[in-house]
Parts: sequence; structure tokens; C-alpha cells
Amino acid sequence: MKVAVIQFPGSNCDTDCQAALASFSGVTAEIVWHKENSLAGYDAIVLPGGFSYGDYLRCGSIARFSPIMGAVRNAASTGVLVLGICNGFQILCEAGLLPGTLMRNRDLLFRCETLHLRVANNDSPFTSVLHQGQVLEIPIAHGEGSYFADAATLKALNDNNQVLVRYCDASGNVSAAANPNGSLENIAGICSHGRNVFGLMPHPERVCEPILGGTDGRGIFQSMIDWMATHKSNN
Amino acid sequence: MANLPANPAITPELVAKHGLSPEEYEKVLVILGREPSFEELGVFSVMWSEHCSYKNSRPELRKFPTTGPSVLVKAGEENAGVIDIGDGWAVAFKIESHNHPSAVEPFQGAATGVGGIIRDIFTMGARPVFLMDSLRFGSIKGDSEQAKTNRRLFAGVVAGIAHYGNCIGLPTVAGEVYFDDSYNGNPLVNAFCLGVLKHEQIARGAAEGIGNPVFYVGAETGRDGLAGAAFASRELTEESKADRPAVQVGDPFREKLLLEACLELLATDCVAGIQDMGAAGLTCSTCETASRGGTGVEIDIQLVPQRAEGQTPYEVLLSESQERMLVIVKKGQEATVKEIFEKWDLPYAEIGKVTDDGMMRVLNGNDVVVNVPARALADDGPLYSREAAPFTPPASLDLGTVPQVDPLTALPQLLSHPSIASKRWVWRQYDHMVRTGTAVLPGSDAAVFIVREANKILAAATDCNAIYCKLDPSVGSRIAVAECARNLACSGAVPIGVTDNLNFGNPHKPENFYQLRAAVEGISEVCRAFNVPVTGGNVSLYNESPAGAIDPTPTISMVGRIDDVAHITTQAFKEAGDQILLIGEIGSELGASHYLLAIHGRKEGAPPALEFEKEIAIHQALLGLIRKGLVQSAHDCSEGGLAVTLAESCFGTNFGATVDLGDTQQRPDVVLFNETQGRIVISVSPSDKAAVEAELSKSDVPFRAIGVVTPQADLYITTGASVFAWPVATLSETFERAIPSLMEG
Repeated sequence: MKVAVIQFPGSNCDTDCQAALASFSGVTAEIVWHKENSLAGYDAIVLPGGFSYGDYLRCGSIARFSPIMGAVRNAASTGVLVLGICNGFQILCEAGLLPGTLMRNRDLLFRCETLHLRVANNDSPFTSVLHQGQVLEIPIAHGEGSYFADAATLKALNDNNQVLVRYCDASGNVSAAANPNGSLENIAGICSHGRNVFGLMPHPERVCEPILGGTDGRGIFQSMIDWMATHKSNN
Repeated sequence: MANLPANPAITPELVAKHGLSPEEYEKVLVILGREPSFEELGVFSVMWSEHCSYKNSRPELRKFPTTGPSVLVKAGEENAGVIDIGDGWAVAFKIESHNHPSAVEPFQGAATGVGGIIRDIFTMGARPVFLMDSLRFGSIKGDSEQAKTNRRLFAGVVAGIAHYGNCIGLPTVAGEVYFDDSYNGNPLVNAFCLGVLKHEQIARGAAEGIGNPVFYVGAETGRDGLAGAAFASRELTEESKADRPAVQVGDPFREKLLLEACLELLATDCVAGIQDMGAAGLTCSTCETASRGGTGVEIDIQLVPQRAEGQTPYEVLLSESQERMLVIVKKGQEATVKEIFEKWDLPYAEIGKVTDDGMMRVLNGNDVVVNVPARALADDGPLYSREAAPFTPPASLDLGTVPQVDPLTALPQLLSHPSIASKRWVWRQYDHMVRTGTAVLPGSDAAVFIVREANKILAAATDCNAIYCKLDPSVGSRIAVAECARNLACSGAVPIGVTDNLNFGNPHKPENFYQLRAAVEGISEVCRAFNVPVTGGNVSLYNESPAGAIDPTPTISMVGRIDDVAHITTQAFKEAGDQILLIGEIGSELGASHYLLAIHGRKEGAPPALEFEKEIAIHQALLGLIRKGLVQSAHDCSEGGLAVTLAESCFGTNFGATVDLGDTQQRPDVVLFNETQGRIVISVSPSDKAAVEAELSKSDVPFRAIGVVTPQADLYITTGASVFAWPVATLSETFERAIPSLMEG
């Protein structure tokens, strides 16, 4: 299966995502320049982390106008899997493919460290191989990761089980102390109503081999790969 | 020369304002055979500043060992040295200061320091892969105005480094931060970058090929950073704040685009030469490329992309706007440049050509505003041999004058001293994991980074104990090199190269010049002993505030190689029951120690002695054990001595340690906190202890078994009849909270 990793000007986790994906057998990951107009032939799309357009104006607010975003929108509407990591999550929110927004961290400082995430829902193409309530160790690296949405949106997210991962402590407790950035309800990642678009602030591509301190990121990619395999055979 | 504009008149006052001495101006008149134009005066001023010409330090720098079988590009030859790492791969690395800009505008000063060193690396054709930083500030403790200023500078510098490094997508993997009042008003910000490249990708900063077009690529030129190189070559004064326009403003996003575009361009084989515009901007890049190429360069100011209207030729020539490069393109391949720079949405312009007359010629349309022999500017500047004051080595510390302090309270106090305390508050603000190669995170002795494309494992560390250097510059600088090598050995690495950042006061003062000379000679001697070449670096003089010169700070950054993933070693204990061994002596030297400074408020005595033959033997013995798979953890003893080392090896684990140092007939504070060199604490599996002891005996290095890693998280240290015990959790809390509580209140 073939995955497109979108390269915006200022993307800097593009090759990291490509390398992580390529470590799964049967997966080809290709970097696609943001000035392209088509994503035909790709089974999934990854919007990687970084500082697209320098994060000037507001994170993701300029990237959403990139030519490739039309193709991303079309693919998402036909059910293709779209994963946005960190800046990719911010871009998906700005593009309206995911609800809510990401604001400056509570303490206004950039924060890079490995944290615990609780799998809040495993009924999605991105979390299917994980257990409900499983605790993952995955690093964050962001200055603007405080998730915010209005009350109605938040209620809809919860009602539809769209919150897939929340920040928690080592024992899996979703506590205020375990919240690194002030996100509402410790939200670390959400999926779309159709469940095929997923955005999260933590970086699963950074924990895909033991030498980097862990492999907890693999479950998210493995879930996607399993889903794509099933989805293809169904067609 | 008919069209040289005459304004303004070149008066002795104008010459002095440009930082040129009357003798230097005489030299200008001889070179030109006439009076310089205003623009030419500006060009000579920046090119002959210490920052660009190293006129006060070059004769000293020639003492460094710069050659070796692995050296592909030597120190001083290009923007950065290049070292072979095998299989056709090489690394380019360098450290550079941005002290003065950071003193007046910490955020942008530090950010552009990072941007500048990254450009130096990709100018060599290398892809930058990681960063380190060496920082110094005045004390951040207390409510004084000075402490508040120091906290503001510290926070601003860290945020600036984070801003630039995080955005461009390079991990900051290691570094050091010290706090001492000698840096009040004059913080030090030294930034390091390392890049990787194939041998055949080495790019040169030479203007080659007569008639080749000269391209300007990258950000437009503005009025920021006017004559920053000259600013950096003066002492800081109360009026320095007025120099804020001499500080540049960084745009890491532009630099990320420039980096990718330049690497893409270099891969096409259409580049004859490339040079970044750093200090002295367009001026420096044109005359240096011409000088290196043995050619001339002619450019037209009117063709330069500009962001401000109405800039004079003088301003455009001396601007230090960031994120700009000069590229000499092979004739006929101009379209490739156009294609790549349009893809990356970056400005570019053909602004001139390579000539055969050896002149740096600048046109403003039809007017010639600068016409100077390029060599005279770049390489034939003035050179000074300054006077060095005679030096009397410090008296040894009289222990009788040091009251004994109970180690039970002294250890937590040491661990909470900001220079020793955890720097997590700093490195948590840096993305230290991007590029997915960081195998050992910040906080251990050395960072370890896996370079995927080259299939190599690199380690890097940066060190300088400036207290030692203040009290005895010769000994202190030797120790800086040895400690770096020791940190690398603890990670399992063999050193392959050194880059240094020599931070000193005004060289016209003989005591300062002595410090510079002693440091260079000390560094040279130890690098020769370790057989490690100095691949380049940076000199920053005039680090003085109204209160005086900084403590001499010759920062050493060392890069090493690890042969096998299995050899990567960290400082943290791994398993309860593991045996703890001390390689080296228990030691007794308390002079110049952090115990003396942090607990007794005294910066005095002779720094510990460095016996580098013994030091080398210890590193090799350790590496031998690591390669045999016998070492669980390794951590060197530095500031704060053995007790701090043992506590740090417990941190981040669930373990404690029970250690008995025997009866040394010394005071407990001396045993626990002395800073005798050449000491490493290792832990080994109980089943390997006999093999380890046999190996160490064979290597003829001193060692002793001192204790065991325990499942209970308490640290017990026995010396003679005294036993001291601390819960690790309490020590760790003290260590971790020290800086955040000062910064967040």
C-alpha cells in the first residue's frame, strides 16, 4: 500500500514519518510536495509535523490554502485515511476537516518530552489494534497544542466517541497533573465524524524502534495498515 | 575611478568611528594608493574587525593541531572543517558565538546565532542533523535587579534557540549552562551545528571560473544588523543598548527553505562556489570567495533584492540581514537556479560575475563604489601580537581556612546550584527528538545521535569549567578538552574532532591576552595527546561589561564515533544488585571546586591537576570494557565531585546505591566533593565484576569496587566512620526543581 506524506514549506517531520512508515512491510511512503494537485493512487495521507509557513499568522492557517489541500479534502470525503501529526493536526483543524483549534500551551513554553497517552477509544481505523484504556508512551513537541472547542462541539466529540487519545499519568489516570498544555479534558487527539481523519499532537513516528526509546507509536500505524488491507479487500 | 561618490568626507573622526586605528588607516591608503570611498571605509572596517579577521588571535590559533588522516577540510580553509567518518561519509561541524547580540536582545541574538551556525554547515554541502549550545549567564538567584536581568536574558536566550532550532527542524541534543557573576551584563551564547555529507558533496566557498555568474539567493537585504561584526568587536557599555539595530532578526522558516533549496541546488552540480552571508554580509562573502578562488568578483548593488526602500550602497554592503547566500553558478546553468529557487518561493538574483583581476568591485548602477583587491581585505588584514601579562599560578587551597560543612546538607545544596542542577527546564523547550536519531536524550554525559543516511552513530559533548580557567587558564583549558573526551568515553565513543569557541575579554589588556594564549596552548597540547584535530571554531574577544572581563571561557565541543549500537552507554544505573566501581582515585583536590563556590562562596585555590597520559589510559580502559559488553552505566565525576555523580546515576531510575569509600584519613567533605580529574563511576553486573576487575588491572589504571546498586531508592555513602544517607526522591526533587522554581517563582 502507498502512503503520501505531504511536504509543506516548513514541514520538518516529513522524512521521519516516511522512515517510520517504511519500517512496516508492504508499505511505500512517498513525499508529496504541497504544490501538487492530486493524490490519486494513495491509500492514506499523512500531514506531518513541523512549522508550515513558519507558523506565521497562526499554526496551519496558511498551509490550509496550499494547492494539495483540495486533494486532501477530496480524499477525506471519499473515506481515505488522513493522519495529521502535530502541525498536521493544526492544519486539519484550520482546514475544517477536524473541529476545534489548538492554542498556545498553558505556560506559553514549547514543550518536548515523552508523555503517557490513554487510548480513549479503539473503535477507529487509527486505534483498532490497541486496547481500550491502554497506556502509550509517546513524545510531544509543540508550543501550541492546547486543544479547545466550544461546549457543543466538545459534547458532540464525546457523544460520538471521537476523542481517541487523552493525556494521562503512568497508571492511565486522566488527571489535571498529567495535562501538559491545558487541553480541554486532556484531549491529545480526535477523529472526524466519519472516523477516517485523525489528528493528534503527540508524535507516534518518533517511537517506532527500540533505539529511540520505544515502539508505542507503531500501534497507530499498524491500525491504519490493517484497516487499509481490509478496506482494499472489501473493494 | 572617476565616478566615486565623494560623500561624506573621510575625516579622522569617521575613520575612528569605524574602529580602524590610524595605523590601520595608513595601511588602507597604501593598499588603495588613494583615499577610500565611504563604502570602502565601511568594507575595511568590518573585514578588519576582530570578528572577521581574527587580527588579535590568528597568530595564536596557528598553534592548534589541525591536520590528520581523517581531516578532509582543515580549520580556517572554509566555513567549517570536515572530517571523514568512513564508508565515503563525512561530518562538518563548528561552534560559533553570538554573545554581544544576545546581551542586548537575547531572543533574536540567540536565534540568529543558531541560524548563522546552521548556514555555515549547509554551505559546506552538508545536511545539518543536530545542534548543541553552550550558555553562560550571571547568577539567576535572588531579587536584585541584576538577577532579574539575568533571568530575563536566560529565558530569552533559551526561547530564541528554541524558536530557531525547533522551527527549522533540527534537534538540540546536548549543551551546558553555567551561572556566574562574571557573566553579568555579558552572557555567552555559543551555538554548535553538525551536518553530514558524502565526500564528493563537499562544497567550496571559492569564486571559480572567470565569467561565471554570481547569484544572490535567499531573504531580501534590509537595514538590520548594520555592521554587526564591528559591534561584536567592541566591549559592551551602557550605551550598547543603542546598538540594538546592530542585532539581526531571524526567520527560521526562510532558512529552512534556503537550506532545502541550497542542498537541492548543490546536488545538481551546477554550483562552482557557495558562501553564506554571515558577519559582514555581502561584503565578506564577495571578497572571501574571490580571495579563495584567486579571482575577482564584481557585483551591482542595484540588482540585490532589497526589503527596504532608499537604502544606500553602504547600507546594503554592510547589512547583516539573515538567511542569505552567495552562489557562483557554472555559466550556462542559470536556469537550474531559477527553477529551484522558484520552487521554494525564495528571492534570487544574478548580481554580478567572477572576474580575473583579483578585485572586489561593487557597482551602484554605473558608479563604482568599491574597488579593492579582494585578498587585501580577506587575508592581508593587520595582525597583532599582543602583550601577555606574566602569570603567577594560584596558591593551593589552605584547607584549614575552609570550615567543614555537613555533607548531609551540602549535597542537596550543590544539586540545587543552578550550574549543577537539572537543565530539563532548558532542554524541554528544545525539540530534541526531531529527525528521529536521538538515541541518548539530553541530561546524560554526551548526546548520542544515529545518522540514518550514513548508518553511523555519533556522540557529542560540550564542556568548559570557567572557574578552573579563571584561576589557571592553562590547566582549565586542558581540563575542558579532557572532560569532553571523558564524557564521550562514558557514552561509548572515540573522539574524532574538536571545535572550540574562545570567549575572552579585551585582548589589549595583557592579563586577558595571557588567558587566550594559555588556553590555545593548553587545548593544543591535550588535543595532540588525544590525537584529535581542531577542525575550526570561533574567537569572541571583548567580552567585558563595565564590571570587568568575563572569566575566560574556552568552550570545547567534541564529536565522537560509536562503532556499534550495543556500545551506547548512559549514566543511569540499570539494575539492582549491579556492582559500582570507581575508575580513578578517590581524590583530594578541593581548590576551584563548586563545593567551595556554592557552599563557601569562594572562587579560589588551584584547579585540580590534569595528568593526561593517565586520563587517556582511563578512557581507553573504559572503552575496552564497553566494547566487551561489560558496562551497565558510566558517568564521569565533574562539578560537585563523586557524591553528585553517584546521585545523578540514581536519578531517573527506581534505584538507590550503597557506597563505602573506605577510610581515606580525609575530611568527609573533601572525599565527597573534591574535583580530582580522571574519575569515572561505572556499574557492572555482579557476574561480570571479576572480568571487569581483571581487565582494569591489566590496563594498569587505578580502580576500586565502592558499592552496589540497591532496590531501595536511598543513597548511602560511607567514608571512614561517617555514614551519610539521603532518599533519592528528595535529592532528585531538589535537582529538578532548582531552575524551574527560580524561573517560575
